[in-house]
Amino acid sequence: MKRETIHTPRAGRPGIAWALPAVLFFVFFAAAPMGIVGYLSFTDWDGLSDPSWTGMDNWSKLWNDDRMRNAIWLSLLLTALTWLTQTPIVLLLGVWAAGRQRNRAVLSAIFFLPLLASSVALALLWRTIFDPNLGLAPDVANWFNLDSSDLLGSPTGAFVAILFVTGWQFVPFHTLIYQGGARNIPQSLYDAAAIDGAGTVRQFFHVTLPQLRNTIVTSTVLMVVGALTYFDTVLILTRGGPGDSTSIVPYLMYETGFRAFDLGYASAVAAALVITATGISLLLVRLTGFNRMRSTREGM
Amino acid sequence: MTHLDLRETPRAQRQEGPRTPPPRRRNPRWRKANYPAGLGAFVWLLIVVVPLYILVASTLQTRQEYLDNGPLSLPTSISFDSYRQVLEGDFPRYLLNTVIVTASCALIVIALAVTVSYSIVRTRSRMSQRVFQLFLLGLAIPSQAVIIPIYLIITELQLYDTLLAVILPTAAFSLPVSVLILVGTMRDISEELYESMALDGATPVRMLFQLVIPMSRAGISTAGVFSALGAWNGFLFPLILTQSRENRVLTLGLYDFVGEFRVDIPALLAAVVLSIVPIFTAYLFARRQLINGLMGVGGK
Repeated sequence: MKRETIHTPRAGRPGIAWALPAVLFFVFFAAAPMGIVGYLSFTDWDGLSDPSWTGMDNWSKLWNDDRMRNAIWLSLLLTALTWLTQTPIVLLLGVWAAGRQRNRAVLSAIFFLPLLASSVALALLWRTIFDPNLGLAPDVANWFNLDSSDLLGSPTGAFVAILFVTGWQFVPFHTLIYQGGARNIPQSLYDAAAIDGAGTVRQFFHVTLPQLRNTIVTSTVLMVVGALTYFDTVLILTRGGPGDSTSIVPYLMYETGFRAFDLGYASAVAAALVITATGISLLLVRLTGFNRMRSTREGM
Repeated sequence: MTHLDLRETPRAQRQEGPRTPPPRRRNPRWRKANYPAGLGAFVWLLIVVVPLYILVASTLQTRQEYLDNGPLSLPTSISFDSYRQVLEGDFPRYLLNTVIVTASCALIVIALAVTVSYSIVRTRSRMSQRVFQLFLLGLAIPSQAVIIPIYLIITELQLYDTLLAVILPTAAFSLPVSVLILVGTMRDISEELYESMALDGATPVRMLFQLVIPMSRAGISTAGVFSALGAWNGFLFPLILTQSRENRVLTLGLYDFVGEFRVDIPALLAAVVLSIVPIFTAYLFARRQLINGLMGVGGK
């Protein structure tokens, strides 16, 4: 605790002890549980008695579990489709919103409402809309060219519904991120491009898009981690069904842990989820050179 | 001891600063030509507004009207029965619990995040950089991945099925974002202000209360809004860590209404609307804080 005095030329600096309460609190409720989940993944635990060590049992079970494989596949598919559908929308909306429209302030109050409501509230709303008897389901099914009017009752329909509802909910969030990014692009770049005779489309592809590189990475990482951890919406909208057609990894973990009370195995699933999410994030950051890039404006 | 009125210093400085307009004006050409993007934004607005219209319109119908006419119809006579029905049930208790959880979370997060950010920004020690890295890494921890160990910790602490069981982990998971926001804000406070206080012989505590907190008010409210929003909408922690009716929060209450109001769609949706109204009202006041905070994520 005394060390900071060595480095401090002047008095009046807070010691590292100031960081202690927050660090302890955070380690206790967030960081340490990450370690504990690793430990629990090697045990058999029903949530009541003490966990008993079973070595690699859960992990080898995980490796051979068909439901688990299906869940991993569904999670990856959902993540990829989330990125492919949301990114073009939020990119365009964000860049548009960074301009000066007179009605923007009024619109944003409505526009961002999905951002404020809980996943639970929104999932309930959509569940009602998709209801085969009471809602709009027949019309919606027509738009997607599905035979069944029971959108949530068909495997593809239920999956599309999850994709749509989560997109509906999170597009405003990512739009804001892009809006912030687009506002930070120096005007001089557009002026230069305009002098060179670049039109709107060329300006978009040669100025806006490259300048938004960091933003794209940030938003992509958030989207990927988000999509890998969608849970509330699945629980309320489809309960993983029909069959296992929407039981993505987090849902399967919940079901295994808190419905079947196989918390040891569920811990292995959770640990696998963390490894996957962290791995993908790191890979993205590495591949795009995000960590090496100090400033998007280098070379200006 | 000389008396330097430090609360006046920043304000005076702000007034002397050059009053240049913010450097984020867009190319005028671009704005004029951007009709396609405007159209896209309008289409998205429809996608957002139609379900919200269905939501509100459904709640104003009686149950029979809704069954007869379907969700897209205009209510022939406006009825507030659904709202009355919800408000006479357990809803007020859930609301109170949610308010308690949200307020406690925001207070804990602000108290801890302010002190730890102050230490990260001002402590001259390698440890303080480590602390910052810990919180940056913490941003990537999905709460679902650690829900099983947290369940274990909460049961061990004998906090299961209390509001505290929800408050503590929720606050811990809001800390990383808040620290990120506050460190950013506090780094902008100029060194000279600290130095002049130090010459005055001010203690770290005095600097915190007379310089750091007044100067980072914007960051503190943004962090507060974020942690409050997270706590208000939190679902997983209440779902796993509470059980009895008197400890239910709004999101969990909504989830249970599904069973309770199985065919009474207007009542179910009225509960959804009532759960959004308080947060929407708060949003109208804190809109700027929320949006600036979100835009900062991708802008930097």
